[in-house]
Amino acid sequence: MADSATIIATTGAPSRGRRRLQALARQPKVVWGGGFILFLVVVALAAPLIAPHDPLAQDLMSGTLPPLGFADYDPGFLLGTDDLGRDVLSRLIYGTRIALTVAFVAATLAALVGTLLGLLAGYFRGVTDTVVSRLIEIWMAFPPVLLSILVVAIMGSGVTSVIAAIAIIDWTRFARVVRAETMAQAQGDYVTAARTLGFGRWTILFREILPNVAPVLLALITLEMGIAVIVEAILSFVGLSVSSDTPTWGGMIAQGRQIIYQAWWVFAAPLAALFATVLAFNQLGDGLRRALDPVMQR
Amino acid sequence: MTAPLLSISHLNAVTGRNGETPILRDVSLDIAAGEVHGLVGESGAGKSTIAKAILGILPRGIRIASGSIALEGVDLLTLDASSRRKLLGATVSLIPQDPLTALNPGRRIEAQLTDGLRLWRGLSAADARLRALQLLDEVQMAEPERVMKAFPHELSGGMRQRVLIAAAFALEPKLVIADEPTTALDVTVQKQILRLIRAMQERHGTGVVFVTHDLGVVAQICDRATLLYMGKTMEQGRVKDLLDAPRHPYTRALMDACPRYDQPGRGLAPVPETVFADCRAEIAAFDRERAGHV
Repeated sequence: MADSATIIATTGAPSRGRRRLQALARQPKVVWGGGFILFLVVVALAAPLIAPHDPLAQDLMSGTLPPLGFADYDPGFLLGTDDLGRDVLSRLIYGTRIALTVAFVAATLAALVGTLLGLLAGYFRGVTDTVVSRLIEIWMAFPPVLLSILVVAIMGSGVTSVIAAIAIIDWTRFARVVRAETMAQAQGDYVTAARTLGFGRWTILFREILPNVAPVLLALITLEMGIAVIVEAILSFVGLSVSSDTPTWGGMIAQGRQIIYQAWWVFAAPLAALFATVLAFNQLGDGLRRALDPVMQR
Repeated sequence: MTAPLLSISHLNAVTGRNGETPILRDVSLDIAAGEVHGLVGESGAGKSTIAKAILGILPRGIRIASGSIALEGVDLLTLDASSRRKLLGATVSLIPQDPLTALNPGRRIEAQLTDGLRLWRGLSAADARLRALQLLDEVQMAEPERVMKAFPHELSGGMRQRVLIAAAFALEPKLVIADEPTTALDVTVQKQILRLIRAMQERHGTGVVFVTHDLGVVAQICDRATLLYMGKTMEQGRVKDLLDAPRHPYTRALMDACPRYDQPGRGLAPVPETVFADCRAEIAAFDRERAGHV
């Protein structure tokens, strides 16, 4: 899982040469957002090496130890411990793994499904468009939380179900935007020119139109990663994500909520991580959109 | 006269839910190899519709009701989409109207210029590249090497139109359709582009359908021309005859509305409303007569 996460992270970067990279480096949002995500990827990959404790090791004698800077602080537990004496920092570090896996895989799956349907609807119009558009409308009428609970109920809890639930719910975001963008691009004379040159419809769709939809798509995927992190946390919070012996941010928030008056840091630490991660994804997405648009560059 | 390269006969196109609105009314024209034929008329006269009908790229909602478009004796309208594409792809090419949108903004010039060469000539990437450089040189592009690596937004309007002309002539087509290729350019660039199209056309012996609303452009570049109003041919013939001795009142009125360097101080006259009324009456009579036949 960690491997697939890095592959997606590297292919997400533009490969159009040095000029594109320079344009990216000029966007502070890309630098900060991307830098933080990169940092998280390293943390997730190196979790066993950098986590000071076993995230599951309980020590009831040292429960609810406060974090650095408070009385009773134990130098062994930088961010304190929860009511079972588990190290909050280590759990936070291991929680990155689930958060990022879900973010990368779910957003990519949702993007694949949504982009394909959006391209078809936007280019072929007619019956295809009617079917896809109605499907999107019906889909969006379902409350997303109910839909995800339904998916998890059918597939059983676990990371796979969470990923499936997010992809099944959020493909509509991609389908709608890609459909509109494809329609706009299909009006372009360059598409007509390609048709008169004798290129087939599929060649035109994937070689002429898709690259021009790609910048919007890339920004959208990044934003979706932020959403996926939140959805995973919500499902963990209500106990529908992975089993409780795997540390997740959402699970930590749920657990911390119960002991918020005794140990607020158990609640605050994963919340802060969640906040920072989603903010970083959103900043990265916004920066990518600005940097990759070939017209906006000049 | 030898068999024409392109022969359009009695072409009728309609639009509307039941095909009730005529777009083209019985248009016929022949284009010989190596000839530039102007399609002239105001907006909505049907000149672009003819160009698009030849290429088979009519917008949704417009369809051909009757008539034929024959390219070297083969009726294009009876072909299915894929054989039509095979026939047209390498023999007929388009110089589009707007050089700003006619190039794919996300692909380099090199990729776009070599597309057709690789598809139809089966050239390797290296050979196609060499040919594309020759073409850029032929359209008098400065620094062809740099242009090949550029994205469209890095080129000026005139440069982009040169790229499009190079692309249109890349496959040595027999017929080039130029759909108002100079409308989006300023006047000085316009003149260079017209000269370039004429030079390319003469060098390669290509037939050209030149769509324009500008009689001045027709006088500069066309051998023959068809003057359209509301989808009906008003006058057709050699440009010299058409401009020197216009027979139809509409042609005459349009001539009077054009600035003339050879008659300074003559002033410009707007097309009189009576001329339009006469044209419309002529078309209404034509529609009535045809309705009577059915």
